[in-house]
Amino acid sequence: MKFVDEFREPEVITRTSAEIRRLADPSRHYRIMEVCGGHTHAIYRFGLKDLLPSNIELIHGPGCPVCVLPMGRIDDGLAIAQNPEVIFTAFGDMMRVPGTLGSPLEHKARGMDVRIVYSPADALKLAEKNPDRHVMFFAIGFETTAPSTALTLLRAKAQGVHNFSVFCNHVTIIPAIRAILDSPDMRIDAFIGPGHVSTVIGCRPYEWIAKNENKPLAVSGFEPLDILQSIVMVLRQLKADEARIENQYKRVVPWEGNRAALRAMAEVFELRPYFEWRGLGFISQSALRLRESYAEWDAERRFEIPGVRVTDPKAAQCGEVLKGVLKPHQCKLFGNECTPEHPIGALMVSSEGSCAAYFNYEHRKTAMVTSISSGA
Amino acid sequence: MCLAIPGQVIELFPDQPNIAVIDVVGVRRKVDLGLLQDNLPLKGDWVLIHVGFAMSKISEQDALDQMRTLRALGEAEAAMQEIQGYGLENTENPEAS
Repeated sequence: MKFVDEFREPEVITRTSAEIRRLADPSRHYRIMEVCGGHTHAIYRFGLKDLLPSNIELIHGPGCPVCVLPMGRIDDGLAIAQNPEVIFTAFGDMMRVPGTLGSPLEHKARGMDVRIVYSPADALKLAEKNPDRHVMFFAIGFETTAPSTALTLLRAKAQGVHNFSVFCNHVTIIPAIRAILDSPDMRIDAFIGPGHVSTVIGCRPYEWIAKNENKPLAVSGFEPLDILQSIVMVLRQLKADEARIENQYKRVVPWEGNRAALRAMAEVFELRPYFEWRGLGFISQSALRLRESYAEWDAERRFEIPGVRVTDPKAAQCGEVLKGVLKPHQCKLFGNECTPEHPIGALMVSSEGSCAAYFNYEHRKTAMVTSISSGA
Repeated sequence: MCLAIPGQVIELFPDQPNIAVIDVVGVRRKVDLGLLQDNLPLKGDWVLIHVGFAMSKISEQDALDQMRTLRALGEAEAAMQEIQGYGLENTENPEAS
């Protein structure tokens, strides 16, 4: 357990935790989903569960872009990179994500030209530096990252860089929330909305969740106090039988979002009719692809891709964990075959994946307590 | 990956309005200002940076708070590695992630 006095403003944390206990009806069980992987990480890291009454259950949502990417897409990206002309670039988060024949890093060990970039703009720069090669950027991410890819493509077009393309796996958060609400085995009482996605899309796109589904949502920052205050916000609404969208993270998130970012995305991207999400299946209009006017920079149009759907290893229960039906440690492979050092499922790869977060903070803690109490 | 990194704008270029040099705890790199083109930051302003692009303007206090949050989350080192990597400074070393 994290001691409250380790936090900044411990009195406020204690007061907020007490407020949560006061608001939570002991005869009810609350299921609150934090949509964003950054929040999942923070909840485990700060041990926030210890500050909540036992009848508040936090359900970890689909907001980790590495985790929701189906293996077939990784295979497709790596298939393009088999072409000796191609330099495969991606963020560091992608490098250890397993494809059918290994991760991008393992492909690099076998001789493929695989490089980490920290910005899509740097992938474009690499293309300019290597005019005799083709640089493909393996793009992943929600609306936090998609505008940066869009601006990079706008720049590639404006500068006439033709040896550059994007393999686009950008996804959008709203259809995923809709899929979770439509799923018959899910019962969510309220949502903690993503912080940085909302700097781009604003708060308006969530309004249907309150209006049509009657669920409260609070867009939240990432500090312990932010998350606890967001829980207070949704509990107050539940107590008053209300459903509204609230913005706890006003200091960063404007209600209207970032218009320049939305314009860049609209210029470059269009919605795919459907896209497969690991664990959630095919969701209509849930992902972005390049518009026809950017066909020249679209890796999917420029190169042949296998497009084979790959099912996850049978024993791995990533889907159930992603939907919040199972807790990470309830998966048969958790902590045995599947660990952050040797991930089988993507949820164990990214620090924002619920399995990695659970393993790093809960599992290791339990293992330590067990070894101390057994005198080992 | 969805955590943004706070930095201070220390240099702007009149001939390149979309570029700024930012300082993150002493490390200086160029970032793209294209996502803030409706409300460009001035020298001395603080911004949140994500994958090489400034995403939002924030107050100095919020910038300090965000850096502290990254430290508390154990993400400060990864954030600094990201900043240091901007401009292809670190791309030959994929194992570094």
